Amino acid sequence: MNTAHNEPQTPNLAASPVEVADLTVAYSRRPVLRDINLMLPEGQLIAIIGPNGAGKSTLLKAIMGILPLSTGEVKIFGKPLEEQRGLVAYVPQRGSVDWDFPTHVLDVVLMGRYGTLGLFQRPGKTDREIAWSCLSKVGMEEFARRQINQLSGGQQQRVFLARALAQEAEIYLMDEPFAGVDAATERAVIALLRELKSQGKTVVCVHHDLQTIPTYFDHVVLINMHLIANGPTTTTYTSENLRRPMGEA
Amino acid sequence: MSTTFWILLTACLTGIACGPIGCFLVLRRLVMMGDAISHAVLPGIVVGYLLTGVRDPFIMLAGALGVGIITAWLTGIVHHVGQVDEGASMGVVFTLLFAIGVILVSAYTGQVDLDADCVLYGEIAYVTWDTFQIGSTDMGPRAVWMLGGIVAMNVIFIVMFYKQLKICAFDPELASSLGIPTGVFHYLLMTMTAMTVVAAFESVGAILVVAMLAVPAATAYLLTRHLWFMLILSAVIGCLSGLLGYGLAALFDSSISGAMAVAAGILFLLAILFSPHHGIAVLWARRLLHNR
Amino acid sequence: MWEQTLRFFSLQDANVRYVVFGSILLAGATGVLGCFAFLRKRSLLGDAIAHATLPGVCLAYLSTGSKEPYVLLLGAIATGWLGTLCVDWIRRFSPVKEDAAIGIVLSVFFGAGILLLTTIQSMGQASQAGLDKFLFGQTASLMKRDILILGGLAFFLCVVCFLAFKEFKLLCFDVEFARSIGLPVRLLETVLTTLVVAAIAIGLQMVGVVLMAALLITPAAAARQWTDNLTRMVWLSGLIGAFSGVAGSFISSLAPRMPTGPWMVVTLSILFGLSLILSPQRGYLTRLFRHTQTRTTIAAENILSTMYRYAEPNGRFLRPVSVRDILRYRSLTSVGALTVLRSLKRQGLVSETRGGWLLTELGIKSAENLLRRHRLWELYLTEQLNIPPHRVHRSADEVEHWITQDQEDQLVSLLDSPLRDPHEREIPQRKDE
Repeated sequence: MNTAHNEPQTPNLAASPVEVADLTVAYSRRPVLRDINLMLPEGQLIAIIGPNGAGKSTLLKAIMGILPLSTGEVKIFGKPLEEQRGLVAYVPQRGSVDWDFPTHVLDVVLMGRYGTLGLFQRPGKTDREIAWSCLSKVGMEEFARRQINQLSGGQQQRVFLARALAQEAEIYLMDEPFAGVDAATERAVIALLRELKSQGKTVVCVHHDLQTIPTYFDHVVLINMHLIANGPTTTTYTSENLRRPMGEA
Repeated sequence: MSTTFWILLTACLTGIACGPIGCFLVLRRLVMMGDAISHAVLPGIVVGYLLTGVRDPFIMLAGALGVGIITAWLTGIVHHVGQVDEGASMGVVFTLLFAIGVILVSAYTGQVDLDADCVLYGEIAYVTWDTFQIGSTDMGPRAVWMLGGIVAMNVIFIVMFYKQLKICAFDPELASSLGIPTGVFHYLLMTMTAMTVVAAFESVGAILVVAMLAVPAATAYLLTRHLWFMLILSAVIGCLSGLLGYGLAALFDSSISGAMAVAAGILFLLAILFSPHHGIAVLWARRLLHNR
Repeated sequence: MWEQTLRFFSLQDANVRYVVFGSILLAGATGVLGCFAFLRKRSLLGDAIAHATLPGVCLAYLSTGSKEPYVLLLGAIATGWLGTLCVDWIRRFSPVKEDAAIGIVLSVFFGAGILLLTTIQSMGQASQAGLDKFLFGQTASLMKRDILILGGLAFFLCVVCFLAFKEFKLLCFDVEFARSIGLPVRLLETVLTTLVVAAIAIGLQMVGVVLMAALLITPAAAARQWTDNLTRMVWLSGLIGAFSGVAGSFISSLAPRMPTGPWMVVTLSILFGLSLILSPQRGYLTRLFRHTQTRTTIAAENILSTMYRYAEPNGRFLRPVSVRDILRYRSLTSVGALTVLRSLKRQGLVSETRGGWLLTELGIKSAENLLRRHRLWELYLTEQLNIPPHRVHRSADEVEHWITQDQEDQLVSLLDSPLRDPHEREIPQRKDE
């Protein structure tokens, strides 16, 4: 029934960047995700898709340890998340923060360095240089001192991406990076994701636009409370599989 | 009739006046607006006193309503011009108005028979000192008449507009799509709140009014899912808080209004623990039985 | 009065020195911590915490019989914390919403405080008088010892804030991200809440329980108007708090019965009001100015395009257009139109001749720019969005002022470099310089 069971039974543990086993997540006792078993390939662009309320963002947050797991475990390159946090960067949804917060663009990007800094330690010169170069990668250098409340939606998304880049991680988890951005930003973002891929990084995106999936992503994960399918886009992104999550919704 | 009777009657009437109005505040998530109005009413009452020199309930009502409207207006300005979130805007405005009220009370202590204590927790124990007379007949304490009047008005208001209030509380967008003037009902509700607050002010003071507005209503909210029953229940619980509070106050030899708030809090705690749908203890017991 | 002022500000009186020094430290620390409560949108929770401290103060006194500041402070912090937890629990374990939870905790705890306070009063203990000041605050009654303990604690709070500034900032801005990089969010939240509760307990001594919310919220809200930089905002908020502390104690030193707290609140509110009006980025005056400026720009652009349309059908740009001609198409007063025309003249876009006004070469060019955008937009609406031609003019009239060069280029390429608008009028083409 579940395509997840079609996965090879003896995977190379050390190679899988994200491995999820028997994962269940519940909000106030009502399960949102049930029995998810998942193994993601390395160095690919991966889309998580599914209908509204299917638990896509929840899956991302659960992998990232932002939400408590009811059962199951998450392994990053074969080790528990706690030991590997530095290898994973997370890009939340744009709407999840208050953009009227008193701070500027460079400062937000610098927050990406906080994970490597110790408690009470201030960001230093190296951190600043990294932040600047990440800003230039997303084409936002000239906005470095701009207040974040003066940014457009696409610019906000780029700032968040730059912050994730500043983490210098191996795995990037992004919650709807293409939602509500302009065409120019969408092109810039996808170019950036492809560059990350060419460096051997793994990128996982929650994605809404079904049309762009075949062109943007190599691998798809279909979920609707539980795992529907997981595999390369060419074989998994089929109308048969797509009908399944909708039918069971 | 005995003083105790009048005090108990006042306490009960306060509960009955505040409970049902509080229900709508709780449902519309406007409890803190009720808090803001109850603070802000103070300068209105004091200015009313100072201008006329008499304790005329109508002047007090007018002053309080005026300040109530100013509160809503200023909160809006701070929220929009200052881009400050709504809670903080409210906090800024009502503390200022209350501070002005306290300053006026301190500056004119001789001329206003109000003092800081009365502002905070009313003087329900002294209700019988200020009676209402027609001709030479003593009609009982003025506070009872005033609260009684407000109870009657609230009942009329709620019965007349029950349908509209219900839809506005449940789904304001649906209400406006059905052609109900939600704005008008919002301000009507705020007006009724301000009037209730003024009436209750003398017996329980400016801050503890909030206890009578919020706590019995929230308790009723935990106990039932039917609006009409919630309204009745909140009045009953308000009443009960008054009676229990009187007992508590006698026990500790303390302020009655403080004790009323505590009594209401105890009833709320019981509801949180034992409410049939959501009670923590009930859910826990159910799970225990289920597991066995 | 002058003498009193002099005596206060010369700081000769040792008592005055303590009061001034104390208010700067206490109100300053509260202002600093208030920023974090404000930015987390937990201002009203602060109000509930403040009210919840009253029973703690009374219980501490009842159980120890002492009025030592640290005893009362500990009591206040304990029940203040309990109040926060109660709001949290009510929200988590019942369907009651946050606003009601705050209202319930605020009023029930305060009621309990009043109950205890009046019980202590009725016990007839002479020493209870000191507890009264927790209702409205009384800086003048602070003794050297109080100031040392409270001021020391205030200083400590500021130091912790300084050390963990980076973490607190992230906590306020983006909790999920903070969690994702492995910051101990739960611990940091606990520390921050403790700091805020402690700041409230400290501030109580000055403004009292009832008005404490102002000392927490108003300085932060005022500081927010002046800066978009968190560090500066925190400093400024502390300064505003400190200033109100000194001002409040000064005013209450003038009249014996005047309470300090309410005057501090009034001072704070005046500062906040001024910030709201005067701040350069968000202030009311700036907005008013920007608004007027935009309106003038729009009026000027409207006049230019109207003048252009008069000349367009026959290309007679040398025939003067009178103010009355303009008013036929634009809802302006003649005085307003004249003012705008004069400012256009100063910019060299129009010239004045006998019988009216003429577009200069520069004026023609900028009018063409406007008309091009206007007509491109009309074409876009009819062709791409299938809106009937007679309904597109009004929208284009508004949008023409806001279309940027980039958007214009996009429209041109989208519509395949069109020559005529839906009303068959010519679209002025961009001339390459």
